[in-house]
Amino acid sequence: MMEIAELKELIELLKETDITELHIEKDGAKVKIKREKVLSSLEIPVHKSAGFQEKVTAEVEEETQRLVTVTSPIVGTFYRAPAPDANPFVEVGSKVSKGQVLCIVEAMKLLNEIESDVDGIIVKILVENGQPVEYGEPLFLIEPV
Amino acid sequence: MKLFKKILIANRSEIAVRIIRACKELGIKTVAVYSDIDRESLHVRLADESVCIGPANASQSYLNIPAILSAAEITDADAIHPGYGFLSENYHFAEACITSGITFIGPTPENIRLGGDKAKARQTMKRKGVPVVSGSDGPVPTEELAMKVAKKIGFPVVLKASAGGGGHGMKIVKEEKELEQAFYMAQREALTAFGNSEIYIEEYIPEMRHIEVQILADNKGNTIHLNERDCSIQRRHQKLVEESPSPISSTEKFKKRIGELGVKAARAIKYRNAGTVEFIVDSKANIFFIEINTRIQVEHPVTEEVTGFDIIKEQIKLAAGFPLEYKQSQIRPFGHAIECRINAEDHERFIPCPGKISYLSLPGGPGIRVDTAIYSGYVIPSNYDSLIAKLIVHGRDRAEAIAKMKRALDEFIIEGINTTIPFHKRVLNNPDFISGNFNTHFLEKLNNNSQGNL
Repeated sequence: MMEIAELKELIELLKETDITELHIEKDGAKVKIKREKVLSSLEIPVHKSAGFQEKVTAEVEEETQRLVTVTSPIVGTFYRAPAPDANPFVEVGSKVSKGQVLCIVEAMKLLNEIESDVDGIIVKILVENGQPVEYGEPLFLIEPV
Repeated sequence: MKLFKKILIANRSEIAVRIIRACKELGIKTVAVYSDIDRESLHVRLADESVCIGPANASQSYLNIPAILSAAEITDADAIHPGYGFLSENYHFAEACITSGITFIGPTPENIRLGGDKAKARQTMKRKGVPVVSGSDGPVPTEELAMKVAKKIGFPVVLKASAGGGGHGMKIVKEEKELEQAFYMAQREALTAFGNSEIYIEEYIPEMRHIEVQILADNKGNTIHLNERDCSIQRRHQKLVEESPSPISSTEKFKKRIGELGVKAARAIKYRNAGTVEFIVDSKANIFFIEINTRIQVEHPVTEEVTGFDIIKEQIKLAAGFPLEYKQSQIRPFGHAIECRINAEDHERFIPCPGKISYLSLPGGPGIRVDTAIYSGYVIPSNYDSLIAKLIVHGRDRAEAIAKMKRALDEFIIEGINTTIPFHKRVLNNPDFISGNFNTHFLEKLNNNSQGNL
């Protein structure tokens, strides 16, 4: 996924040069940034001295759109397994079904089971075991089947 | 005795910024909590750490006790400051903090519980010899009882919600025939707003001023007051302009009396940390207790300016177990301070106006203070209250304070949204305000005259 900071840098880059279109592919994410010249209030193109406005649009096409992100619904500590010496609930590549427990987020001595919203395969685990997580923090990327 | 290492601020907006500032000056680390819509807030940017605790809806974020305690747990905070509003007067939260081994910066859960039960607080004060307005002994459960009490006190009376404030569940009843309907309406409003339909009754005092006393108390019970604030300029029981000292506080005798009553009220319930005792004062300068606010208040800066105290720092020190540093005799207020609460609202009809601040220019110069969390480009969300800035001035006397406030309001530019700055200019130019001759009906009068005056 592209970070906002990265996108901003690319847009600045575009503005500083004569480039009108920029395509980038990175980590499975595709970004297309296009500069459009928009005429301010006239239908007919007039000489360059009349009000041209530049509009830079960023169309972010992410192939990662197909992946589902599981986020934490609560604040707490992320654990991959039901107990310290047990096996993790899932690994990268694990097949999961909707409702299956993926991890635990512990909040105030209460262990909350976080379930998958979809059937699919775990593509990436985004946090480390024992890491504090906040509301909305991305935990897993799942490719739905 | 040591100060805390890390404080979590369970609040947002200007008061969260205020608390973070006090912590920074004391060398204490800060944790901001925020709802996902508040990600770009100033308090999040200023804190050392921040934790997103839930979605925009307050009940799932700023009122979400498990989320906040969990955030304190994962960041290892040793104390929580609740600010004002939200969980600041929720005694369950105060108790939960204590159970989790985290210090709640404020009074005891018992203080909060009693303060939150206004009918009971009244009764307690009455028993301990603090003057109260004539009224019911506790809540009135039935309309028949309400009628009996009201007849005994004499109309007009005011019905008030035991569990509430801000005017909800509050009804002024001028005559007997209005009572029945008003009683049922008050109960319904109170139930909706506070989940508790308990109503009590007080005599209605027509020409009253709202004057409150700031209290500080340490864990040993040493209690002092930091003088009074006059908060009579209100719209629907929401304060808009506050000042210290009160314009009617011209005699040392009155100042001393109301301050001592504040301390008496605080001691009566073994109050701890910072709080405010609210009184109403009638046209003959008789003082009556109405309620105790068991939290830091929005208008605390006005007291800070005339006393030189940093009340938030005092709260932190007191919560850490430090004794009160000063005796009452050492409190010497100086000059006059006024605060205008600036809201993101249309200045005539007070309709909220969230949106993006396209341009911001703050007033400055001697004696000017702005407590705010807004910045140029900030988008004010629609999910929370509309207070966006507090403009506080301090002058050598009331006349100078008024001149400074007028100048500062002229310099204060906020573009992109509607604000109540023009309203405050009208107030500051109003002859009754300038002469100090006003009470809680000031705003009604101002609106009625709005065709004539500025």
